[in-house]
Amino acid sequence: MSAVIKTNNLQKYYNPGESLEVRALDGVTLEIERGEFTAIVGPSGSGKTTLLNIIGGLDHETAGTATIGDTTITALSDNELIDFRLNNIGFVFQAYNLIPVLTAQENVEFIMLLQNKSKEERQRRTAELLKEVGLGDKMNSRPMEMSGGQQQRVAVARALASKPQFVLADEPTANLDSQSTSDLLDIMAELNQKENVTFLFSTHDQRVIDRARRVITLEDGKIISDEKR
Amino acid sequence: MLIKLAWRNIWRNKRRTAITVASIFFAVFFAVFMRSMQLGFYGKMIDSVVRFYSGHVQVHAKGYWDDQILDNSFELNDPELKAIRENPNVEMAANRLEGFALSSSGDLTKGVLMIGMDPELEDRLMDLEPKIQSGALFGANDRSVMVAEKVAEYYKLAVGDTMVFISQGYHGVSAAAKYPVSSIVRFTSLVLNERAVMFPMKEAQNFFGAEGRATSVAVILGNPNKMDKVVNELTASLDTSKYEVMSWEEALPELVQAIEADGAGGLIMLMILYMVVSFGMFGTVLMLIQERVYEFGVLLSIGMGRLKLWTVVFLESIFTTLIGAVLGVIGVYPLVLYFNHNPYELTGPAAEAILDQGWEPVLPASLDPSIATTHMLIVMVVSILIAFYPAFIIRKLNPVEARRN
Ligand SMILES: Nc1ncnc2c1ncn2[C@@H]1O[C@H](COP(=O)(O)OP(=O)(O)OP(=O)(O)O)[C@@H](O)[C@H]1O
Ligand SMILES: [Mg+2]
Repeated sequence: MSAVIKTNNLQKYYNPGESLEVRALDGVTLEIERGEFTAIVGPSGSGKTTLLNIIGGLDHETAGTATIGDTTITALSDNELIDFRLNNIGFVFQAYNLIPVLTAQENVEFIMLLQNKSKEERQRRTAELLKEVGLGDKMNSRPMEMSGGQQQRVAVARALASKPQFVLADEPTANLDSQSTSDLLDIMAELNQKENVTFLFSTHDQRVIDRARRVITLEDGKIISDEKR
Repeated sequence: MLIKLAWRNIWRNKRRTAITVASIFFAVFFAVFMRSMQLGFYGKMIDSVVRFYSGHVQVHAKGYWDDQILDNSFELNDPELKAIRENPNVEMAANRLEGFALSSSGDLTKGVLMIGMDPELEDRLMDLEPKIQSGALFGANDRSVMVAEKVAEYYKLAVGDTMVFISQGYHGVSAAAKYPVSSIVRFTSLVLNERAVMFPMKEAQNFFGAEGRATSVAVILGNPNKMDKVVNELTASLDTSKYEVMSWEEALPELVQAIEADGAGGLIMLMILYMVVSFGMFGTVLMLIQERVYEFGVLLSIGMGRLKLWTVVFLESIFTTLIGAVLGVIGVYPLVLYFNHNPYELTGPAAEAILDQGWEPVLPASLDPSIATTHMLIVMVVSILIAFYPAFIIRKLNPVEARRN
């Protein structure tokens, strides 16, 4: 199988050379294969967010490289990265992912509009994805009218709408109650199984960790364990 | 989609939008009202000047302007003068023969300005009929006078009374005659209302011993913007050693200056108004950005380009401004319309100052639509300029930092 994500000795130092130097990432080398369902875990401040941001083309490394498919994203400019993210990476953030003035349907459609997809394709895929995340009946609801869990499911649908190479989710369940957490994980796992969508997510939640099929543990910016189940 | 997004964003923070719309409404409302009154007043002044004194363009004999005596009159049958009526921009051309005379009635006397004119033409030009207080306008072949209101009041004249006039005519001939009063008229020009006496051109030439002569031709143009062109054309076709062609602006430089000085004062007020409103608009844009930074961060992260991000904000300010401006114009229109039909009458020292200048102290609002479009355009430009600030913020936005709050 081919690697979707590769990092090589990735480093991110804040305030380098000063007394307040923080080694948020201190030589991370990893490979994520297509179809993985992988959790990044570790104590607060261990570098999970920093790692996901660099892999997601949102932040710049201090040293090392990150490659998505055949593209070394650490070599791209900021504006090239915007386009790269649009077409290659799906994002689910901790909260407030959605545009509040757009309905669930419009939020999902929006990303395909940015990609200049045809109206017909946009509508078909939006309906399909919202049904898959169990919100076929919430098409016309605005984020305010949905629960946090429902909003996160719309965010997952949106992340998939662009047909990305993988989905990055930084603590997607941190703001959810346990029922919503388990629902969201069910949906993610199902999409992973049925459609072979690659998920890479960070979490603190043991129940979420238990659902992952691979768990990479960070501490002080270094990988201290990497177990497949 | 970006338009839809911008439009919905407007209703997102209703209070902020309401404040912005209200301030733009107020600015446009006030600016349009003020300018309509101001330009309406200037327009009225210019119009009375043009109609009652000079025309848009006046043609007279060389030398007449500096020394307004009958000896500086000219022959009306000069073929050169055809150029005036043949000019395509000329709507009307009125010959006038004017001279000062001493009038008397009973045991009172008063200096008056006697104006010989064509009643039918001047009725159209000065709109005389509705201004006639009593009696009827004389015909071209009558031997009677139309007296200005104040002159009639001075003599306590009524229609049918007789007035006696003494003057010096063309080449020093002595002129004297008595005429019955056929009508009493109220001129909107206070100078004329104080001292004008009008009589038929033929009778005027007879009285002043100036057969076939006139002191001026008042030229009215179909389109006043063609004034400079017509002045140039007439100057070219008339013999300038005999005639002089003058626009009203040349004839009355004090009026032009007064209008410019007054206009400058108004513009300073408007500038202050727009500055205050601009700061308000800028403040709301700052609020908007602050509220929206996290969302910008998410959108930038998922791959929405900065230009598109800015376009939404830009459209939002344009829409908001447009709503305020359109409402402002709609709101001010009835008021302007009202003051157009019912001119505002000034009182107090301002009115006296205007009276001293020889103008009626009434302000009819101008209905010129370019006033509204100008001020709508100004607020649009202001909001476009303000929209550069979000452009600057969005250009520097970092997707990670933007999501940090
Ligand atoms: N902009 C920054 N400037 C300085 N230090 C930073 C900055 N961002 C992150 N750090 C530091 O880098 C380290 C890694 O942070 P990161 O957010 O990646 O941790 P995390 O594993 O995601 O933590 P958490 O579980 O709390 O989300 C921390 O020590 C953090 O304080
Ligand atoms: Mg984190």
